[in-house]
Amino acid sequence: MANTNNTLLEMQQVKKIYDREVLRVDQLVLKKGCIYGVIGPSGAGKSTLLRIINLLTPPSEGVVFYEGNPVPSNKQDQLKLQRRMAMVFQKTLLFRDSVWNNVAYGLKARGFSKEETKQRVDHLLEQVGLSEYSTRRADTLSGGEAQRVAITRAVAFEPDLLLLDEPTANLDPSNIEQIEKMITTMAQDRDITIVMVTHNIFQARRIADQVIFINQGKIIEMGPTEKIFSNPLEESTRHFIEGRMVY
Amino acid sequence: MSRLLEGVIEAFRLILAFDPALIEIVLLSLRVSITAIIISTLIGVPLGALLGLRSERKTRLINKIVFTFMGMPPVVAGLIVYLVLSRQGPLGVLGILYTPSAMIIAQVFLAAPIVTGLTMVGIRAKGSEVEETARSLGANPALAAWTVIKEARYALLGAIVSGFSRVVAEVGAVMIVGGNIEGRTRVMTTAITLETRKGNFELAIGLGIILLLLAFIVNSILYNIQKGGKNG
Repeated sequence: MANTNNTLLEMQQVKKIYDREVLRVDQLVLKKGCIYGVIGPSGAGKSTLLRIINLLTPPSEGVVFYEGNPVPSNKQDQLKLQRRMAMVFQKTLLFRDSVWNNVAYGLKARGFSKEETKQRVDHLLEQVGLSEYSTRRADTLSGGEAQRVAITRAVAFEPDLLLLDEPTANLDPSNIEQIEKMITTMAQDRDITIVMVTHNIFQARRIADQVIFINQGKIIEMGPTEKIFSNPLEESTRHFIEGRMVY
Repeated sequence: MSRLLEGVIEAFRLILAFDPALIEIVLLSLRVSITAIIISTLIGVPLGALLGLRSERKTRLINKIVFTFMGMPPVVAGLIVYLVLSRQGPLGVLGILYTPSAMIIAQVFLAAPIVTGLTMVGIRAKGSEVEETARSLGANPALAAWTVIKEARYALLGAIVSGFSRVVAEVGAVMIVGGNIEGRTRVMTTAITLETRKGNFELAIGLGIILLLLAFIVNSILYNIQKGGKNG
């Protein structure tokens, strides 16, 4: 395993098999502080990749390394590792509580003191322009507002790795713009590694440093965003970014 | 028709006069049913949550058993508890047949499956999504499970109210194990049955009105809970 100090995560010979093989990753290396855009057609295995990274789904075969160490088998150690990451799901689920309590959830789960939780949540809500929503019930928010709260909640405890599964699906352009701005600002200010699954290739081009193209459960191509878009090596990548049908 | 009207007038007189016999029956009914629903909640909510958080494939047989028990006829529940508590039964030594305790046990038999089943359904509806979200935010298994229960609170309250609604209105089970003994095990439903047989309609109608009022209150609570759930 080629680990450098800059490597956050590495996958080797990882497979996920349900009734058929849904994902096969021979090797994948994620560097610290990068934004990765994962693109590919529906059912390509993009969400499965995120779930394996987030330890929500164990791989059927292969090894995942975090900072050079394999994922521990011990549940307690797994939880410690999981607490260094956060995931925002495609279908936003905010708890039936206030916006403030939603954002505070991860901090409370980690045993932060009341004072520190308050300080962090208030500061973060102000930073992302959600202070006025603080006492609002989360279930009264619009889709865009809810997704902004979900992302804010995910970064409140300052994870090393943020996993976003289609964070702007079904949102209007104005909300998409706001969320993209949030993502890029967070990556810059907090030095978070972000892996974002998106069906929107233009979005991947706008905000990702690196693009990973997945099709039929395999990583077809991965590289710097502009290289992938201007000069893809694989024909299926070219077809996909040109908007042609890819199966 | 005039008999019914007279009955209703007399019934209201009994209610407004806080007739001691009527009050005693109402209080015993509430004591038995409230105790039964508390015990059923303590059994049904954790069990329902446990089943709801497991994959349906793994709990298929248990689900079927719970759903079957949810529709158990009260007389059958009464018969089972009677046989268990009767002198020759395995728990006959306790000597609690024809006491409020036996009635509570019979009502638990009826309410616990309802609370369990409806909790399970409520948790299963969104439980896995809530659990995954909680885990992705760093919750340990206990906090994740608690979050799921908290998120399903409207469904849980609905389950508890439904269970109460079922037991407070049932007559078969409490009749068999309680014996409808005046001043000891006579509750609203068994009293209505007896007074109707005796032709003493005033008390029966009075109890019927209170029972209907109680059903109205319980269903109003259920309605508001469900409305609260839909609004968030």
